[in-house]
Amino acid sequence: MSKWYINAGPDNDVAISVRIRLARNIAGFPFPIRLDIAQKRRINELVRDAVINDKDMNTDNYRYIEMDQLTTAEAYAMVERHIISPDFAENREGRALLLLNDESVSIMLNEEDHIRLQVMTPGLSLHEAYEMADKIDGILDKKIQCAFDEKLGYLTQCPTNLGTGMRASIMLHLPALEACGAVNQLSTTVSKIGLTLRGTFGEGSQAKGAMYQLSNQVTLGISEQAAIENLKSITEQVMEKERNARQSFLLREVLEDKVWRAYGVLKNARLLSGEEFMDLISAVRLGVCLSILNHIKLETVNELIATAGAANLQTRAGETLEPTVRDRQRAEYIREKL
Amino acid sequence: MAVNMLCKNCGKNIATTHIKHTIGGKTEELHLCANCAAELGITAFQSFDISDLWGSLFGDNTAKVQARTNEARCEGCNLTFSEIAKSGKAGCPQCYARFYDKLLPSLQRIHGKSQHVGKIPGPAGEKAMKANHIKSLKEELAAAVKDQNFERAAELRDEINTLEKGDPSNE
Repeated sequence: MSKWYINAGPDNDVAISVRIRLARNIAGFPFPIRLDIAQKRRINELVRDAVINDKDMNTDNYRYIEMDQLTTAEAYAMVERHIISPDFAENREGRALLLLNDESVSIMLNEEDHIRLQVMTPGLSLHEAYEMADKIDGILDKKIQCAFDEKLGYLTQCPTNLGTGMRASIMLHLPALEACGAVNQLSTTVSKIGLTLRGTFGEGSQAKGAMYQLSNQVTLGISEQAAIENLKSITEQVMEKERNARQSFLLREVLEDKVWRAYGVLKNARLLSGEEFMDLISAVRLGVCLSILNHIKLETVNELIATAGAANLQTRAGETLEPTVRDRQRAEYIREKL
Repeated sequence: MAVNMLCKNCGKNIATTHIKHTIGGKTEELHLCANCAAELGITAFQSFDISDLWGSLFGDNTAKVQARTNEARCEGCNLTFSEIAKSGKAGCPQCYARFYDKLLPSLQRIHGKSQHVGKIPGPAGEKAMKANHIKSLKEELAAAVKDQNFERAAELRDEINTLEKGDPSNE
């Protein structure tokens, strides 16, 4: 089954992908941080059995993974592909993952909450992603009693997730806004209307290759639909600004030069660090979206972004790689793909 | 905030962690990159997140409560309110019912609201969703009466009556 991130989606020139995450807890159990390993395993099995025995779920397409069976590199490769959180990869004992083969649906068990259900789709496709998440949530709901309160909604370990327990986020490619120094201002503005702009890997991370996550902050007192509509309408405005900035980007010739140079290096380099790769692929992505590089597909670029990280290279190599070897293999991998 | 401010510790990377301390009326700002912040133990995942905010929101309160030795505990996980306030995380779902009154002001501050209006799970959910709906209609009714919008008030009253009788044809 081909991976979800290889496909192009609506408004893909600026909106790389969307993610809907629902936080759920099982009534009658303390939150994961207060559970011992045996109790955590019980939660894992409870959810696994609920999902796997359901006729509405395409069970054959799901893998159940006990996280402590994975190597560190394999776990971090999943972080690079945004399947799991960095913390989930770091502390693997007693945690499990249900993963759809195309990797668009992942259910983290015993992360901060008992259940963290996540759906990712390409482009600006918030409603599609939410429908999928809602459907799986419904399947879970048939078998599992969620901790819920009439006033506070879904009960979560952190009070910032109370209510819907839903975090909807959009990965945006904002090279033009970043280049003209507008990102900080954008970040301040969106924070006033209940949204957050964060780095590539969410909370506390730096933006790589001008990729930012825009997400809803407030979860209590607003319905899922209203939160999504709100996020969508702000995203549309941000996309508009990014597109305008791209058009007025310096001189076209200077931009074209930058894009072609980036392409030239990616296509010929013998050693490529992760950081250099992200800067270059960001320029190439922009070039593809602005029809400067017509012979490269956006799908190829999306795939490279998801799979050229250090942990993904090591997982494919099947061994731990020294940084120089890693940079060499990254360069080889990219030359081959381009 | 300056565009792409550099880390005050290493001076190399872009500062992504911004901390403001106010101690004894003196405000100090700290701008760090992710690496330095992590080295200094200020990772956004653990120490500098909602728990700090939460802890400080409860600052005075917590100190007072901690002074008491026989503090009430949650039946579900045995945590006290000050322990929850300190970490910013609840221990189990029951904590929210146990310490509802004490938590409410902070929830209000975090979300701006304190009544869930989204999806409701299970068969019990349907009942709760209906109760929520009736409650919001009643609030609307009170507002309509206050504005002397009697036509709307009559509509709302009928709707509430139907819902309370549980007539499914009017859902």
